[in-house]
Amino acid sequence: MKVVFERPEALQNVPFTYCAGCTHGIIHRMVAEAIDSLGIREKTIGVSPVGCAVFAYDFFNCDVVAAAHGRAPAVATGIKRSHPDKYLFTYQGDGDLAAIGTAEIVHAAARGERITVIFVNNAIYGMTGGQMAPTTLLGQKTDTTPYGRDARANGLPIRVCELLQSLDGVAYIERVSTHDPKHVLQAQKAIKKAFQYQVEDKGFTLIELLSTCPSNWGMTPVESLKWLEENMLPYYKLGVYKDIG
Amino acid sequence: MSEKKLMKGNEAIGEAAITAGCRHFFGYPITPQSELPAYLSKRMPQVEGVFLQAESEVSAINMVYGAAASGVRVMTSSSSPGVSLKQEGISYLASSELPSVVCNIMRAGPGLGTIQPSQSDYFQAVKGGGHGDYHCLVLAPNSVQEIVDLVRLAFDLADHYKNPAMILIDGVLGQMMEPVDFGNYKPTFVEKPWAANGCKDRKPNAITSIHIDPKDMEQHNLRLQKKYALISEKEQRSEEWMMEDADIMVASYGMTSRIVKSAIRKAREEGIKVGLFRPITLWPFPEKKLDENINRVKEILVVELSAGQMIEDIKLVNNGRLPVSFHGRMGGMTPSVEDIYDEIKKIHDRLTVKA
Amino acid sequence: MTEDLIIAGFGGQGVMSMGQMLAYAGLSEDKNVLWMPAYGPETRGGFANCTVIVSDEEIGSPVVSHPKAVIVLNLPSLDKFEDAVVPGGVLVVNTSLVNREPKRTDIDIVHVPASDIANEIGSSRAANMVALGAFLAHKPIISIEAVKNTLKKVFAAKPQVIPLNEKALDRGAEAARVQAAV
Ligand SMILES: Cc1ncc(C[n+]2csc(CCOP(=O)(O)OP(=O)(O)O)c2C)c(N)n1
Ligand code: SF4
Repeated sequence: MKVVFERPEALQNVPFTYCAGCTHGIIHRMVAEAIDSLGIREKTIGVSPVGCAVFAYDFFNCDVVAAAHGRAPAVATGIKRSHPDKYLFTYQGDGDLAAIGTAEIVHAAARGERITVIFVNNAIYGMTGGQMAPTTLLGQKTDTTPYGRDARANGLPIRVCELLQSLDGVAYIERVSTHDPKHVLQAQKAIKKAFQYQVEDKGFTLIELLSTCPSNWGMTPVESLKWLEENMLPYYKLGVYKDIG
Repeated sequence: MSEKKLMKGNEAIGEAAITAGCRHFFGYPITPQSELPAYLSKRMPQVEGVFLQAESEVSAINMVYGAAASGVRVMTSSSSPGVSLKQEGISYLASSELPSVVCNIMRAGPGLGTIQPSQSDYFQAVKGGGHGDYHCLVLAPNSVQEIVDLVRLAFDLADHYKNPAMILIDGVLGQMMEPVDFGNYKPTFVEKPWAANGCKDRKPNAITSIHIDPKDMEQHNLRLQKKYALISEKEQRSEEWMMEDADIMVASYGMTSRIVKSAIRKAREEGIKVGLFRPITLWPFPEKKLDENINRVKEILVVELSAGQMIEDIKLVNNGRLPVSFHGRMGGMTPSVEDIYDEIKKIHDRLTVKA
Repeated sequence: MTEDLIIAGFGGQGVMSMGQMLAYAGLSEDKNVLWMPAYGPETRGGFANCTVIVSDEEIGSPVVSHPKAVIVLNLPSLDKFEDAVVPGGVLVVNTSLVNREPKRTDIDIVHVPASDIANEIGSSRAANMVALGAFLAHKPIISIEAVKNTLKKVFAAKPQVIPLNEKALDRGAEAARVQAAV
């Protein structure tokens, strides 16, 4: 599979600055490949979050607007409504999307906003150094759950796909994973399909990618892939949560 | 062995709050204040207190609103972008007259900016920030020990005046470690008969900031203004350092004032008569002491980590009497001792020529 | 008297804890102390540095652009901080990881193969303490005894690491003294 190693046109020719073994890199690549495969690079505008992917404009070879923390779906809405012929994606972490940006994501989905949301769920706040995320698992130790996440004290982890699937504006939602090549291939397909639906003007699309943060999980890249598989998969069930076809 | 502990500024805020009887903290992660929530997430459960990471700064400040309304000592903290989000809530706290403590560990803006130290939220802190005619009490420590002292004071003043109080420091002060002595401090709690904590054996309490009839709203504003005038009369605080014989007054607050002190020492070694005027309360601004000092010196230099914000308050008090110059760095950069010394020297040379 | 120094190296070399240890030791001798970590962009790429100030007077600026001493544990730190040392100041170089000679001729340079010595006595992680020992032998801004007492307190929960760290301090000091004698 030589193709995998070629740089997609929608990625700039610069090395990623993510930590070693972080899955943000592979996810960028998949998004770029999806954009290329549909030939929409020059009509695509990305919206980067506040999170480790804040510098996404350094990596994507398309226009990118950096939003305030959590507000990417609103920013994307503003752009899409001004340029309905363009394709919009937001790229958001779990803190950005499921904590501070909960209102924005719910209402963008409810409005059936024609945007594609790339939701990177690594169960922690990466950029700020490892605090609890809304998707942090019960018992998981973080900088702000030093005794492990406790349901009573810290609430329960949010399942975003399940939360959004009931909204009628949603055209397609799928949860995928990045912990092994087989799942990466599935993820790649899902991302492409989401953009395809946007091109076909079907409605709101979101792909949740289970991901790793070796640095703040305090693990090696290999250990973190294993941790993801063993701990996140049972709680965050993979699959299609909505598909209007 | 001394009783002192070595602590980071951010952690000292947390421990000081606990010693001040604060058992409720609501916040949202942001650099460079992360050590504070991390510290309190460990400490609060040990003292049967509440640490809650909210889903946003907007929520956190409204959790503060709720806790304060129910009569407990409560704190939140953030850094510049997050404090911007809290402004609506702070306006409500001020209008509903709810005692509370908000910490801003400032970083460089505008926008997402950078996490390096800054003092560019001065306007936001002292001139309102949110909507409406209101003031927070704003305290600006310049050492880890003073952080402890002023956090305690902030809780007391907030309770006493039923007003939000803000601790304003920059990222460096939050990150650095210095010895602190917590002493045998015992907090004093005031009665809060106005609190919404259940109306057993009393008439129901209502806490609100809506006064829909403009006549009522004006009366509410007048009452607030009277309170602010009283605070301004009673609570101005400042430090004067080497000011007795000074010709040049350098005005500076927070961490920057420490760099200024080093520059002043250097200038003094060369016989330059220069001193520091350091506002400790930024609101109320220490106008009285500043005025006295302006009457004694010949020129003023203001040093801030901003484009020049506190300088406006200095100029208001100065009212055109003396020349005022400014030295500032922005964007997370800090001036060196030498930079400030050079500015002092320039003024000194100018004054010498004049003489 | 005010002594200030910057300690720099890779993250993981114990730069921060070494600075804190020194500050704690200063505190135990009733001095005014300040420890300040570099944070943010300066720490990109895995570099770490911190400033320590020990003084008999009230400590002014936490920002020190020209420290009286610099301890560098790796080459990028030497490149970054060599010029910062105040003339007449001290530069301690971990020669195990620095393959060039400092250019400055107006400062005292203390060479110490800190990582090699640390490996020799049992753990590369102790290189920071070796360098600290070398520095304090050359310039006793506080006593090595005070650092050792501090070690005992800081590692009260992990007493097994104390002997290694003490040894590291001594071996560093010895290396510096031998150099001074030569
Ligand atoms: C208003 C505001 N609050 C807080 C922050 C600090 N902040 C930056 S990134 C981030 C969360 C990062 O976590 P996540 O969204 O999960 O993305 P990741 O870094 O893990 O990819 C936070 C809280 C901010 N920049 N702005
Ligand atoms: S901190 Fe975590 S999420 Fe951020 S780049 Fe590093 S590994 Fe990735």
